[in-house]
Amino acid sequence: MLITQLKEKESIEALVNGKAFIINCFGCKEVHFPEKEAKEFQEELKAAGKVTEILTMDYICNPKNLELHLQNYKAEIEAADVVLVFSCGVGVQTVADFCADKKVFAACDTYELPGYQGVTPQLFDCDQCGMCFLNGTGGICPLTACSKSLVNGQCGGAKNGMCEVDPEMECGWERIQKRLEKLGRIDILKNAPVQIRDYSTDDATKEAKQSE
Amino acid sequence: MKVTELFKEGKFVVSAEVGPPKGINIDKMIEEAKEYLTGVDAINVTDNQSSVMRLGSLAVCKVLKDNGFNPIFQMTCRDRNRIALESDLLSAAMFGIDNVLSLTGDYTKLGDHPGAKPVFDLDSVSLLYTMGLLEQGKDLGGQDLDGEPPTFAKGAVVSPCSDSVDAQLVKMERKIKAGAQFFQTQAIFDSERYIKFYERAKEFGVPIQLGIIVPKNAGMCNFMNNNVAGISIPAGIIEELKADKERAKAGITGTEIAARIIRECKDYCQGVHIMTLGWESKIPGLLEQAGLA
Ligand code: SF4
Ligand code: SF4
Repeated sequence: MLITQLKEKESIEALVNGKAFIINCFGCKEVHFPEKEAKEFQEELKAAGKVTEILTMDYICNPKNLELHLQNYKAEIEAADVVLVFSCGVGVQTVADFCADKKVFAACDTYELPGYQGVTPQLFDCDQCGMCFLNGTGGICPLTACSKSLVNGQCGGAKNGMCEVDPEMECGWERIQKRLEKLGRIDILKNAPVQIRDYSTDDATKEAKQSE
Repeated sequence: MKVTELFKEGKFVVSAEVGPPKGINIDKMIEEAKEYLTGVDAINVTDNQSSVMRLGSLAVCKVLKDNGFNPIFQMTCRDRNRIALESDLLSAAMFGIDNVLSLTGDYTKLGDHPGAKPVFDLDSVSLLYTMGLLEQGKDLGGQDLDGEPPTFAKGAVVSPCSDSVDAQLVKMERKIKAGAQFFQTQAIFDSERYIKFYERAKEFGVPIQLGIIVPKNAGMCNFMNNNVAGISIPAGIIEELKADKERAKAGITGTEIAARIIRECKDYCQGVHIMTLGWESKIPGLLEQAGLA
């Protein structure tokens, strides 16, 4: 199971440069979703004229399902500068892959909640790290796409773009590099602060459970 | 002595690399160092290289230092979490070992303990940052260090002939921002390709040591071409080694090739770093042929 929590409001606001197309995912029943806070925050953005559309749907982690829904919103997505996704890490990655030439940002962090793991189509993976890195990596999860779960860039082991650990797997950081280059945003990687993981996120899980 | 001081003096810094044995007898290693490595400015000691368990890098650095050499302590993030890494950095500083080379490290599965837990709590970038923090008298937990903080010459690696060279350059920039003060490169066999990389990397203004391996034979080259990341050996070099097997076996051809690469790249680097792979004995001849002795 997993829990999603809103990132700091200021940090989300800093991402929305211009107008946002917002996607909420209410798919898995196992997922605790900060529905109330998300709604309040989205209302604020809307009142400030920073939203082209808010789409609430189920199972955005299913690429076919996502495509079907997004088809009806081509104009709104086109008009938006960023796509802001309120979902678990798998959902954000699915949207980022589908809208590969758009800035797609995660508005939530995904934490682990011990117990039954929700059934999600496993095209993308999320380790529920509690400090989602997707906004600095073009929407590709460095923890699951890189064999060493590196958060500061590529190791020296990639050969022909493939991972040193598994030559059948494309190097995750090579994918991130290409995605950011395509978006013209390689600067965010160059200028990102040194990232260090916090493994004490079980405290945050406890807090989120209590706040429910 | 910090290698950064040497770079500052404008010296062309030559380092060589030794791999600790799988055991506790290092007499042979020290004898070889005394015989062949007195002409180099510093000696890297590898850290369980290729994820193969060996005698520890820090201990060997200390012995080398006691024997009058200037060690560079290689540290990977594969086997230790941040507490152990910070603690070993303090240990190194206490011994007066002040050159540290930060590496992410090969994956555990590639070595002789494939079932070991891969740690990677930090990585090459965050380890450099951590050194900087300790220098300011702080640790990653936010606590103050007691007394005089340590200081390090903070080194890192880069792979100029990687087929992901753009990603490597981004990482290099991140390492510099995290505190890297000098770089050693993966082994270079293709001077032209290296120089192209240097034209892009020189804007960072951080000294780069050209990585050198003395090639032993065609088989070794083919193996490295197929299996080692960031290595690209042009066909011409492999042909040269094939031409006269006896000369190659004696290390004559390989030394000539390595010396030529150094001469070709000398104006595009601030030093060389020689990975010996057991051929320490070739170093004096190599330095002489390259015009560095
Ligand atoms: S960075 Fe990866 S593991 Fe962490 S929350 Fe985001 S998608 Fe999940
Ligand atoms: S080769 Fe790429 S995916 Fe594999 S461990 Fe290194 S950075 Fe990660």
